Amino acid sequence: MSYHVGQPIRIAARDHEGHHRTPAYLKGKTGRIERVHFSFTNPETRAYGEDGLPEQQLYLVSIPQRELWATYPGSASDRLYADVFEHWLQPE
Amino acid sequence: MSKDGPSPAVHDRGGWPTDAPIDRTEHALADWEMLADALVGVLGGSGVMNVHELRRGIESMPPNEYEAASYYERWLFSMETILEEKGVLEPGELDARVAG
Repeated sequence: MSYHVGQPIRIAARDHEGHHRTPAYLKGKTGRIERVHFSFTNPETRAYGEDGLPEQQLYLVSIPQRELWATYPGSASDRLYADVFEHWLQPE
Repeated sequence: MSKDGPSPAVHDRGGWPTDAPIDRTEHALADWEMLADALVGVLGGSGVMNVHELRRGIESMPPNEYEAASYYERWLFSMETILEEKGVLEPGELDARVAG
């Protein structure tokens, strides 16, 4: 599964034992793809001394701030931007 | 996953919700902080320990210690943790050398 700019996505709401780069406050939230980055070795296995292969595709995603913070006082158009690996994304 | 959703981790964001003012003051780096930074560079460049392992070591800190530690104190904690794990350092070796 790969994603394109503008595509709606949901960030997977799963726990993960060990090092990973998906913060809990993004899990289960919906947003959209803003940019398709390069592929990178997987930090989830590199953090344990492995080679991190196969490489994982990284995306810049944006999520409405109001979806993240219940009492967010700013504009409804404000968004949080974060880099998320493909295996943490689901089509929405 | 708990009933409340994915478990948050201490490093997920820069702190916990608070009404206290955020301390934005800068400080000059101490010599040991620059050395700690250089050491991580050398360990990475020589293939002993990568930045992902550094992060894992930082994230393994007990939450209360993590909150109390400064940026480079966390790096030192992680370097000692990971290098002991790899057998580069003996457990307690650094403490013994500092005391000695």
